[in-house]
This record gives sequence, structure tokens and C-alpha cells, in this order.
Amino acid sequence: MADAPLSHPLGAAASDEDAPLYAPRKQIYPQAVKGRYRTIKWVVLAITLGIYYFLPFIRWDRGPNAPDQAILVDLANGRFYFFFIEIWPQEVYYLTGLLVLAALALFLMNAVAGRVWCGYLCPQTVWTDLFYAVERWIEGDRRDRMRKDQQKLTLKTAGQKGLKHFIWLMIAWWTGGAWVLYFADAPTLVYDLATLQAPLVAYVWIGILTFTTYTLAGFMREQVCTYMCPWPRIQAALTDEYALNVTYRYDRGEPRGSVKKNEVLKLQGLPAGDCIDCNQCVNVCPTGVDIRKGLQLDCIQCGLCMDACDNVMDKIGRPQGLIAYDTDMNVQARMEGRPEVRRIVRPRTLFYAGIIALVGAIMITSLALRQNIYLTVMHDRNPLFVRLSDGSIRNGFTIRVANKHLDERRYALVIEGLPEAKIDIVGGEVDQQGRAIVTVGPDQTLEARVLVTDTASAASPSTDLEFILTDLSSGDTAATSDHFRAP
Amino acid sequence: MAQETHNGAHEQVDAVTGVTTTGHTWDDIQELNNPLPRWWLWTFYLTIAWSVLYAIAYPAIPMVSSYTKGVLGWQSREAVEVDLAELKQQRSGMTAKLAASSLDEIKQDPEMFAFARAQGKASFGDNCAPCHGAGGAGAKGYPNLNDDDWLWGGSLAQVEHTIRYGARSTSDKGHSGTMPAFGRDGMLKREEISHVADYVRSLSGLPTDKTADLNAGANVYADNCAACHGDKGQGMQDLGAPNLSDKIWLFGSDKATIVEGLNNGRGGVMPTWHGRLDDTTIKALTLYVHSLGGDQRP
Repeated sequence: MADAPLSHPLGAAASDEDAPLYAPRKQIYPQAVKGRYRTIKWVVLAITLGIYYFLPFIRWDRGPNAPDQAILVDLANGRFYFFFIEIWPQEVYYLTGLLVLAALALFLMNAVAGRVWCGYLCPQTVWTDLFYAVERWIEGDRRDRMRKDQQKLTLKTAGQKGLKHFIWLMIAWWTGGAWVLYFADAPTLVYDLATLQAPLVAYVWIGILTFTTYTLAGFMREQVCTYMCPWPRIQAALTDEYALNVTYRYDRGEPRGSVKKNEVLKLQGLPAGDCIDCNQCVNVCPTGVDIRKGLQLDCIQCGLCMDACDNVMDKIGRPQGLIAYDTDMNVQARMEGRPEVRRIVRPRTLFYAGIIALVGAIMITSLALRQNIYLTVMHDRNPLFVRLSDGSIRNGFTIRVANKHLDERRYALVIEGLPEAKIDIVGGEVDQQGRAIVTVGPDQTLEARVLVTDTASAASPSTDLEFILTDLSSGDTAATSDHFRAP
Repeated sequence: MAQETHNGAHEQVDAVTGVTTTGHTWDDIQELNNPLPRWWLWTFYLTIAWSVLYAIAYPAIPMVSSYTKGVLGWQSREAVEVDLAELKQQRSGMTAKLAASSLDEIKQDPEMFAFARAQGKASFGDNCAPCHGAGGAGAKGYPNLNDDDWLWGGSLAQVEHTIRYGARSTSDKGHSGTMPAFGRDGMLKREEISHVADYVRSLSGLPTDKTADLNAGANVYADNCAACHGDKGQGMQDLGAPNLSDKIWLFGSDKATIVEGLNNGRGGVMPTWHGRLDDTTIKALTLYVHSLGGDQRP
């Protein structure tokens, strides 16, 4: 043990050089379990699924010119609504920021308590858990299901299986149905879906998500986590020895033995552990691993083995926590009589928390300070300039003004850099002060053509030009620069 | 275990998997002779069957002067026509609005104006750009549509008339009026042409030779040119006679070019588009061209 601190006494598989690398999947029949972590999982399941299924129905009043759905991805109009925030396509970096935050939160969770995401929050886990619950409810617990699968199919078991698949499909269908509601007005779409008037694309997406939910949660299950998901690999590379993990405390558990035999051994002063080898931890595991073999890739750390073991320990009158959130380092320390080390606050967690705070602060600041008007200017490529009959030079520009307000606004455009230049606009008007005035509808953009004429005929082939747009009702300005070309 | 295979390699059976090998070995790694997965194989057969059916149903095999048409009679050209008809249908609401509105009404309506300009720009690229350039910047002899000098007038109605019926075109409603070939047809002598060319340059403030006889040129101008180009060279839109006193020169402002014009005459042709483009397209083109710089100064 001392020379190989992280290897596990029982973990070493019989290594055979010629052993095949392929192992067929073993059907897993997780047993029902009650306990602290199971309750947490039920609560998380109810909250996450509740959010997913019902969020599109929450209303949020934005006035007459915008939809009143709290969360809406309006693909047709290129808008994303999130409660009080409205995001335009060119602001997609907010989504990037959100993804960065999500990744960092995942890293922080991992640094504190390992695969919390996998065990409690991941959709694959949540939906698989739900599907297992349905399976258990209809076909019975572990032993019943194993027995039924081994026996010949009877009318009753076939009926049960049919019912199970029907309910699975209903859940899967509802999952796809809820998905499309995020992309259109939810109550209207529900009505249209029910009366078969919804657009084909809605039905297609419901079909796709019904299929994926049904296959991923009903059939592929733990294989998604073990073979398809990249996170276990990344997680293994990101974790450190301080991160809490669902750990079998083999310092206390080994050597295993029956209750009575180990009592006798203990009385005799011989080594005897608390693990009675009842296999309950393996039976409840949704990925079919044996936690007593130590930290392993297939383990999603859902905590159900802790519940199962605690229940057994209660029954035989031994203290709970033979399997608990702990670290291999501490197991090792206890075996060698050293003090335990628990460090939630350490450079790694502080670093993650720090970047989360930083990215969050940047996003909130940029969101708070973001402009509700945009101005882009594009110089004509052909011709670069035009000579007019009086010899003055004119440049054409295409401007686009974006009005993110939910009411119609009037804007005034002026230029700086050419004192003698006149501005004219096609698709707007010029007021008495020589400003180009454009009117842009609520939540819209407007393209107009701006003609800048330099009566003093600038000598320089290229003069810097500043376009300044002012919101006539609020006084907000937006500016962008371009050039004035001359021969 | 070794067996002689057809190519002489030794076929072996892999001890772990019990699968025969192909006899190929690279860096001591043996290639197992596993069969293709069945689903893969059947998909492969299915694609073969599909290709045969496809070749029967659709145009497929090139022949000497033609190709097999396929029993379904499908044609890519027809598919494009269907797509175009669909597009036309999609735009029909706006197209109908454009057709029913006057040019001024369209210009006042931001939505219609934007639609017309976009449609006009596309149509300009298809029909006008070869002569006037992609951005309407023109070329020698082909007017720049971005400036404020309009031979036949720059108002919406005038631009539309010019697009519709052209200038010196085959349409009898088109603009007419040509610059005569004063030199070639013997109306002016060589030195008279030289004098008047100098005088014309002076009208727009261009420098002339010290030896130039501007008074003689002015006399020649008054007798021969002023009728169309105006007594001060201000031009006349009815005849498409260019303004000679401004800074814009369709063919060039150097003396040789002016002399060439006086000798051989000028008369660029703008074709008639009436009957070749539909009314809405002409309207859209008018609004687009006008938005480039029309209506500034006559």
C-alpha cells in the first residue's frame, strides 16, 4: 500500500495480456433505494424538469411591440428574449459569456465535490432516472425485472413492457413538445399543435427529440456517460486529490466479512472491516459499477450507493458513512494514522470562483452599459467618389441604424471631419440644421443611403470622417468612423 | 493454424478473438478478418439498388447527343421554374403594391421604397451594369448615374421615361437628338473646329492655349452650337445636349476628345426597356437609379 498510495487493494483486475478489449454491455437493473441523496435527487429532478417543461408558459409583459413570453428564441425575427433582456444576433457574445460561465461553474463544482453535475443535474441522468422510475413502477423492482426478463414473455409481462414503452414515449414526446415551445408563443403553439395547424418544422423537431429522449434515456442510459460523453475524461484531467468524491472508505470496510464472522474476529483482536459484502451498493447503482473498486470512469457519483450502504449500516447497528463524500487522500491518511485534510477553500476553488466573478461582472457591466442604438456605416465600393457638375466631390455610404427600443424613434445623423461637407439622405429627410433625420420603427433596423458632398473639394485622397447618430428623444449617441475619398 | 491462402500469405487465427487474420502484419499488429457489420452491408446493397432505381427514375446516363430522361420526367429547369414561381408568389403582395402605386407614393413609403431599391439593385446588376457599371459609375460615353448631371433630366418621371423608352433607341417615344459630325460632313473647317473646341473648354473654366482664338471660337459657337447647347453652354435636356459649362465630361475634357466629337458627332444609345422589363421592375429600377443621385440639380 505504501509504495502505491492510489491503487486500491481490491481494484486490480486480474490482468491477462490476451484478454479481449471488448466487453458486451450487461443489462443493469438498479434497485430502488431510499435515503438522503435519493431525496435530493428527486427534488432536483422535480425542479429541473419543472423548469424545462413549464418555463415557456411564463409571461413577461414588454409592451405592445414585443412578445410577452418570458423566454423566447424568436428565430424568424432574430431575437432572443430572456425576461428583461433582449438579445440581437450581433450580441451573441452574451451567449458565449453564458457558456463560459457554465463551463467555469462545472469546473468549480468538480473542484469541490467531483461529478456533482453528472450525478444530480445532467439531463441524461435526470431523464434516465425518470425512465427508471417508470420502469420500476410498472415492472417492479430489481429482482422482479430480472426474473421477468429471464422468463418467457407472457401476456402480462408483454402488456407491462408495452405500457412502459408507451409511457416512455409520452414523456419523450412531451420533452420534444416542450422544446419547440421555446421557439414560438407557447399557448398559441400548443393550440396549433393540438389542432394540427402548427408548422411542419415543429412536428419534425418534436419527432427528433422524442426519438433521442426515448433512445438515450430508455436504452443507451449509462452508455452515454461511459462511452459518449467527453466530460468524464475532461473531469479526470481537471480534478485533484482534495476534491470530494463518493468514496468507499476501505480503511474502515476491509477486510470484508459477514456480520457474525467479523464480530468474532473483532473480539479476537484480528482485523475485521465494517463491509458485510451485501452488494447493496452495486445493486442500486444506475451505471452498474462497484464503488468499492475506487474512483472509476463509469461512476457518475449520484450518491445512491451511499444511501444503500447507510440503510444497511443502520440495520446492523454500525455507524453510517462507510461510503461517503471523502477523498482517497484522507482514507490513506487515516490508515497511516495521519490527520485528515479537508480543504474546500484552496487556490483551485478560489481561482475558479474568481474567474466566475470576473466574467459575471464583465457580462453584467456590458449588459448594463449596452447601447440601445447601433450605427454601422459602409462606404460605397463602386464608385469610391463622384465628381458633381460644380466640381465638388460626393461619397455615398450605406448606413444601418438599429433601434432596440420598443417604440419608434427618430435619429439625427451628422458628420464631423469635413467642415464644408453637406449631408443628404435617401430614405430619410434633412432638417434645417443640415442633419439627416431617420425614423426607425420599434425593435427594428433601417438601411438608408447617405450622400456626403464636400463643396470645398478636399485635397486629400482620404479624409477621416466621423458619423454621429443622436436619438432625438433620449439624447443617446452612437458614433462610427469611415473615410471620405477624393481623387 | 497456418493455412496457405490464394495470395500465398499465411492465414492465421487470432488466439484472443478466434477470428482469422488476413495475413497482413504491420509492426507486429495483425489485421483481423472480421466481416462487415450486417447493417453496414445491407445499407451498401441498398445504395446499389437505390442507384439503379434512381437511374431509371431520373435523368442519369449521358448519351452521345442527349441523355436518358428518366421515367419521372423530372427536369432541373422545371424545378427552377417552380422555385421562381414560388418566389414570385412570395413577393406578389409587395409587387402588387408597387404596381398600384405611383413613383412618388413608393418613395414616401419607407417599406415600399426599401423593397423597390433592393429589387432595382438586383435588376440593375442584370440589365444595366454592363454599360453603366455595377455601382452605376458609368464609363466613357456611358453616363455616371451617381452624379447630378442628367442628360435627359434627373427627376423620377424623367428617369423612368429614359429607362422605358431609351435614347436614340428603336422606340419612337425615346429621346432623340444627336450631335452632328461637323467636321466629317464639311459643316465646319478644321481651324473653326479648333477654335470652337478651345472656346468650349473655356466655358467651364478649363485652361486654353495662349494662342487660342477664343473670339473666333465664340462666333463659331454662336452660329453652330448655341441652338442646342445654349448660349452659355448650359445644355438642353429636351435634346439631350450636355451642359458644357460644368465639370462633367461624358467623353473627356481634353481638346483632342472635343475635336473628335466635333468631327464625327456623338450619339450614344440607351436601349428601350419597355416590353422587355415589366412595369414594376422598371419602377424599381427608376427608384434605385434615382436614389444613386438623381433629382439633385437639373
